[in-house]
Amino acid sequence: MPPEMLLLAALDGLAYGSLIFLVAVGLSLIFGVLGIVNVAHGSFYAIGAYVAAAGVLALGAAGLPTWLAFPTLLIAAALVGILVGGLVEIALLRRVYGKEEVLQLIVTFAVFMILEDAQKVVFGVQPYFANAPMNWLGTVEVFGIFYTTYQLILMPLVALAVLVGLRFFLRRTSFGRAIVAVTQDREAATAMGIDAARVYLITFIIGASLAALGGALASATTSLTPGIGAGTLVLSFAVAAIAGLGRIEGAAVAALLIGLGRSAAVYFAPEFDVLIPYLIMMVVLLVRPQGLFSTVQTRKV
Amino acid sequence: MARQLVFGAALIAALAVFPLFSPWSTVILTVALCEGLAALGIMVLLRAGQVSFGHGLFFSFSAYAVAFMAAAKVGHEALVLIPVGMAASGLLAAIVGLFVVRYRAIFFGMLNLAISMVFFSLLEKLFSITGGADGKRVPRPTFAGVEFGREQFELATFYVTLVLCILAALFVARYLLSPGGKALEAIKSNETRLEYLGVSPRKVLYGAYLLSGLLAGLGGAIIALVSGHVTPELAYWVRSGEFVFIAILGGIGGVAGPFLGALMFQIIRGYAAVYAPETWHAVLGVMLLVIIFFAPAGLYGIVAGKGGKAQREEGGR
Repeated sequence: MPPEMLLLAALDGLAYGSLIFLVAVGLSLIFGVLGIVNVAHGSFYAIGAYVAAAGVLALGAAGLPTWLAFPTLLIAAALVGILVGGLVEIALLRRVYGKEEVLQLIVTFAVFMILEDAQKVVFGVQPYFANAPMNWLGTVEVFGIFYTTYQLILMPLVALAVLVGLRFFLRRTSFGRAIVAVTQDREAATAMGIDAARVYLITFIIGASLAALGGALASATTSLTPGIGAGTLVLSFAVAAIAGLGRIEGAAVAALLIGLGRSAAVYFAPEFDVLIPYLIMMVVLLVRPQGLFSTVQTRKV
Repeated sequence: MARQLVFGAALIAALAVFPLFSPWSTVILTVALCEGLAALGIMVLLRAGQVSFGHGLFFSFSAYAVAFMAAAKVGHEALVLIPVGMAASGLLAAIVGLFVVRYRAIFFGMLNLAISMVFFSLLEKLFSITGGADGKRVPRPTFAGVEFGREQFELATFYVTLVLCILAALFVARYLLSPGGKALEAIKSNETRLEYLGVSPRKVLYGAYLLSGLLAGLGGAIIALVSGHVTPELAYWVRSGEFVFIAILGGIGGVAGPFLGALMFQIIRGYAAVYAPETWHAVLGVMLLVIIFFAPAGLYGIVAGKGGKAQREEGGR
């Protein structure tokens, strides 16, 4: 195989891995704190993408400068996280904390079905394409290959910023430390005066916003069609499960792994590219069910 | 118990008589019964607190087994195709089960989803063998050696399916009362204690998984015959999600629940196709939430008079 293709596949994998990391880290964070695997997470990604694309297209139609698209992406992600994510937490999830896991799974599955159809109603089934921010940044040359700056530099940078920012937030800020405290022992944390309900709500909003941010960034690179939410959910779950649910740094490594695996499949076995994430997840779960970066936990009788 | 029997008998009688008055409903009712069988399998797993988002795998596997055999003229006999298709899915469940019973909760659900999606992709991509997204036609087989016309065949299949559903329901009801079935509830409440009693939770769950695979396989084999066509859609996660929906809608309190859920599901689907064709999954989602929050025992709980309240407290531990 030609080396250019190998390099191209690696660059694609890096760009894709950065995106999937943003979604997966949100999923992982929500699981780590709330103990719920949010099946509707893929919908936050999709809604974030649609809102961002609609915003960017509106900017273009109004004749405003293109650089305004970047803050628009961020605002779209935060809006979706706060409005949609907040609503889901307050109206539904709050009622099922501490109940059976099956019940929690099915509640988020129901939210997923509702949000998938809601997108179709609001944004229609026509593909959306808003690549103005990507074209505006131009291209860079890497070893003789031209690649878009947006995908090669901006997307990995955002992912890195989220990784570092999240670590800093959880370890150094007082609210972040409150989140960690609630994760470890909710009762003790509540006794110390931490408002656990608020911690849950804000964690869920942050997680949902990260998924929406992933979608917002992706909106400039691909055309949006119904169904992107489901595929992204599976990929991000695969990443979170490979890393070990609740592991933030591990998710970055796992996201790169999945990103590279998927882009390798796209180039060398295009008919099976949908299969790769499932296969990777299957193999990792079969060999190391607790994930690659988890420590063994003691069982409670 | 007596109330359950009366209710079950009434449901069976209503089902047995209905197609005689309205022939158009034969196929719809057969499809409902097939989905009820798969949902019955999901219900067995739900008893152990596990949910599979991938039972479309066993549903589609037996359906394709039937399609291949019917096309190859190996078994041109419905009464042979159905048990063989079911056995094929049982075999697959016996293999897949070896792996998945080691996992619980989300891992169990997602691993099932992953395996079924791998199968779905294979069905779609291996065009030369499976016919790709167009699927395969299933020629109408003979029935007990007799070549039926379309309507007679559908009617005969319906009654055979009804009998099979009754047998399956009775078997599952008996199984749930057996030590193996009782141990399922222990997996849900406290697995470690079960181990300390000297019972292997993996073996218990393996038995349940095998049973659920066989039930989904039986449903899939019949649906292949009655629709005369198989497509990869049978293995898609939406299909698997529908089985979970049906099981929850019907309620997991009794074996009549999944069938009740499946009948209701067909009614919802029928109305949704007319009034909300674009948003019918959202309708399902809203209904699912309403059931979980306001009638956690499902339709069965409502009909059998076990109000949602008591059940809810039990589930709220």
